[in-house]
Amino acid sequence: MARAVTTQRKAFNTLLAWGIGLGIFFPILWTILTSFKTEGQAIADPPLFLMFDWTLENYAVVQERSDYMKFLTNSVVIAGGSTLLGILIAIPAAWSMAFVPSKRTKDILLWMLSTKMLPAVGVLYPIYLLFIELGILDTRTGLVVVLMLINLPIIVWMLYTYFREIPSEILEAARMDGASLKSEILYVLTPMAIPGIASTILLNFILAWNEAFWTLNLTAAKAAPLTAFIASYSSPEGLFYAKLSAASTMAIAPILILGWFSQKQLVRGLTFGAVK
Amino acid sequence: MATQHSRSAARFMMAPAVVLLLGWMLVPLTMTLYFSFKKYLPLRGGDLGWVGFDNYVRFVSSSSFWPSVQTTLVIVGGVLAITLVLGTLLALLLDQPMWGQGIVRILVIAPFFVMPTVSALIWKNMFMDPNYGLFSYLWEFFGAEPIQWMSQASLTSIVIIVSWQWLPFATLILLTAIQSLDSEQLEASEMDGATTIKRFWHIILPHLSRAMTVVLLIQTIFLLSIFAEIFVTTGGAFGSKTLTYLIFQRVLESQNVGLGSAGGVYAIILANIVAIFLMRIVGKNLDK
Amino acid sequence: MIRKTAIQAAIALSIATSGAAFAETITIATVNNGDMVRMQGYTDTFTAQTGIDVEWVTLEENVLRQRVTTDITTKGGAFDIMTIGMYETPIWGSNGWLVSLDDLSAEYDAADILPAMAGGLSHDGTLFAAPFYGESSMVMYRTDLMEKAGLEMPDAPSWAFIAKAAREMTDRDNDINGICLRGKAGWGEGGAFITAMSNSFGARWFDENWDAQFDTREWSDTLNFYVNMMEDAGPAGYATNGFNENLSLFQQGKCGMWIDATVAASFVTNPNDSTVADKVGFTLAPDNGLGVRSNWLWAWALAIPAGTQKEASAKQFIEWATSKDYIELVAANEGWANVPPGARQSLYANPDYQAVPFAQKTLDSILSADPTNSTVDPSPYVGVQFAAIPEFAGIATEVSQEFSAAYAGQQTVAEALAKAQAITNDAMEAAGYR
Repeated sequence: MARAVTTQRKAFNTLLAWGIGLGIFFPILWTILTSFKTEGQAIADPPLFLMFDWTLENYAVVQERSDYMKFLTNSVVIAGGSTLLGILIAIPAAWSMAFVPSKRTKDILLWMLSTKMLPAVGVLYPIYLLFIELGILDTRTGLVVVLMLINLPIIVWMLYTYFREIPSEILEAARMDGASLKSEILYVLTPMAIPGIASTILLNFILAWNEAFWTLNLTAAKAAPLTAFIASYSSPEGLFYAKLSAASTMAIAPILILGWFSQKQLVRGLTFGAVK
Repeated sequence: MATQHSRSAARFMMAPAVVLLLGWMLVPLTMTLYFSFKKYLPLRGGDLGWVGFDNYVRFVSSSSFWPSVQTTLVIVGGVLAITLVLGTLLALLLDQPMWGQGIVRILVIAPFFVMPTVSALIWKNMFMDPNYGLFSYLWEFFGAEPIQWMSQASLTSIVIIVSWQWLPFATLILLTAIQSLDSEQLEASEMDGATTIKRFWHIILPHLSRAMTVVLLIQTIFLLSIFAEIFVTTGGAFGSKTLTYLIFQRVLESQNVGLGSAGGVYAIILANIVAIFLMRIVGKNLDK
Repeated sequence: MIRKTAIQAAIALSIATSGAAFAETITIATVNNGDMVRMQGYTDTFTAQTGIDVEWVTLEENVLRQRVTTDITTKGGAFDIMTIGMYETPIWGSNGWLVSLDDLSAEYDAADILPAMAGGLSHDGTLFAAPFYGESSMVMYRTDLMEKAGLEMPDAPSWAFIAKAAREMTDRDNDINGICLRGKAGWGEGGAFITAMSNSFGARWFDENWDAQFDTREWSDTLNFYVNMMEDAGPAGYATNGFNENLSLFQQGKCGMWIDATVAASFVTNPNDSTVADKVGFTLAPDNGLGVRSNWLWAWALAIPAGTQKEASAKQFIEWATSKDYIELVAANEGWANVPPGARQSLYANPDYQAVPFAQKTLDSILSADPTNSTVDPSPYVGVQFAAIPEFAGIATEVSQEFSAAYAGQQTVAEALAKAQAITNDAMEAAGYR
């Protein structure tokens, strides 16, 4: 039974929502537009909205200066690797918390979250020294591990909340049928939780993609992802808004497109147990 | 109901995550504690011996300490307030029937995908720059004197930038929560002749409290450690130095690892105070 | 089984070492300014000549500093060459973290490096970094606006003249500011400018006992003079203007004068970027009749961290990038105005380069800066716009933040100086000087 709404009301909602939506999106839109301007047009007074000579020159310059694909590949591998590794470790843990809860389950969960509160800059030296010791400085492996650890609490929590929504009777039924713990998780639980897992993967992929402290400080040439790419375009000599915009667009475009295509998936699962 | 067998299995399956996080917590924490009692100056040969609580005293007695705690709380509090209020309103709006809802939702969540460095650069240069920023054109267009965002309104600027990044997250979670609200319940209240405002206060808001708690918790964790937004915009000038940033200055700019580590310990304490405070609310709400 | 692994390891090792001999790859950390980016464009030439591949890590200045400092202090070995400045080089060199560059080849002609640059990049007479380009600071001014104001720029102006000219050139209605100067927080930004300026006012950071000197008359004179002049003739919001912002303002014709890095001369006279390219004059940075001018000295230089496995290749690269041939290469492709300036004497003896309008003033400025004797009263430190001690960068960044807050009108000059004094003494105490 949908609530009856007048067309007038709907039109008003539409107008208002689109206005606000475009307002929120505007900084990104403006950056994309600016990336197609010349440097002169980028700072023109009054600002040019659409009526300018569209050019791809900025992208050419940025690509010539830095090998975009190398940074992109590293970003994909690091964000993807850390997310998948995190999921593999988190599924069993979330299963235990959701289906074999103990008095301490909630404490453990909150403790896990609290590990995220350690200020990263304070431990840069210790971690850097550790990375040298282990020989994983400027490697993707090193970053995959660090980002996995950073996001693991969030992954565990998200999965835990999805798993809790699955009626434990179903799992028990499987157990009665003689399913082992492994197959219970692998063939019963996981398929049922696919939407939640997908959403968890997406959110953590985004968080890992955007992580800018460790990815910048623990890499040099080989493992540097897009966060390092953008660090070579902030504040050069002179104000190069158009080139900065082009570099920014290149840095955010892949994740933006991914996010848009998968937004239904992302939204469906993004509840953190907020919905009963 | 769980058997002894599944209990031990559960413990076994939780082990990897717990052990890893314990390691990730303990190794840096131990090293931070260790360094915090040392005079450790990398540019002067590194470890120069134990100094007791000197670093702790020095860190707190610095004129930047209390202002930085205050700045941290202002930024975290400001962003939380803005994202929760606007997020709720936006979620309510997006829940209404309209044309092109899917596209609007895409527009609204977009900022969440932008990496913090990039969003800080975009806002600082293309919007808040006093000479070439769009805001300055806007202000001039209306005959007003452009604002020097980074100096005169440094905290406001940072709060705006960070709120922009986190508003989508708050909106999404709150929207999902609103959509789960029983529409029959709402209709019933509508029949009873309850006004929109009453409906909001007595039905919608209580229903959202759980979602709001989640937003509060997750965002606080991320907001306590914001760094790029300050590094790129003001570099800690004009009263925008958070505790995290102060530690950065001590460790990397002053190259005083001992002093910075003591700061790190303080930051952990602050985070835990905030955490305990949060857990109180969250714990209560999550149990329901 | 064990034998098999051993053999595999041996094979892997031999492949690794022999591979290194043929196609070695060196990793270079560098700053994202115009000259460095241009050099990256010519890397292929180097690879073609030597067979050595180069991987670049190009970072914004502040990020670069933080990145290379972390790596050198922990002996991380992530880079084979680091781009560092005059501030870092003597400190790192004295810690034994850099490879000595005293044994560069004869054709490299190390003696050709400008003595001021070589001096600032050495410790105890050993060269630890080769200058890619060097700079001082000077006055860049608009000849047309100067004429309009009925003034003539002297060869060596005083601060009094600069302030007078700035006020006369200011034309708020037409959006022209008499003078644009750095006010942005950061030791390499506004901090560098105000320190160099304070030298000409007779101020200094420390006395011989390493006591901070911000409570002196000289510092308060410097800051008050600066603030008053900027209030009357500077752009709105100068407290957040650094090199980039001022460059852009000047290029857009919004500044009558700009006192900043000599390398900016090629940007403001480049008609592609600058609307005032043909109306720019140059002169020495001002003084106050105390015998010290307000210009600084800086070089971006290439250094090799000790412990790198690829020292020979790294040296080869440095010899190439800072050579006379590289200058010729850039000149042939992009004109003499675009070559990296301020590093070699021979460049200034070259008649082609002498024809460049800012060449002579750049050289004069560089020659008039003396890092070992930068203040009127004696000081215990080396450096013009900085003190070459490890603590300086941190202290000066905080101090310049206090100054910027005063420029923005958030506190008085006296308050800023009092805080600067406390911050500095506190940090020096923490470091064990006092």
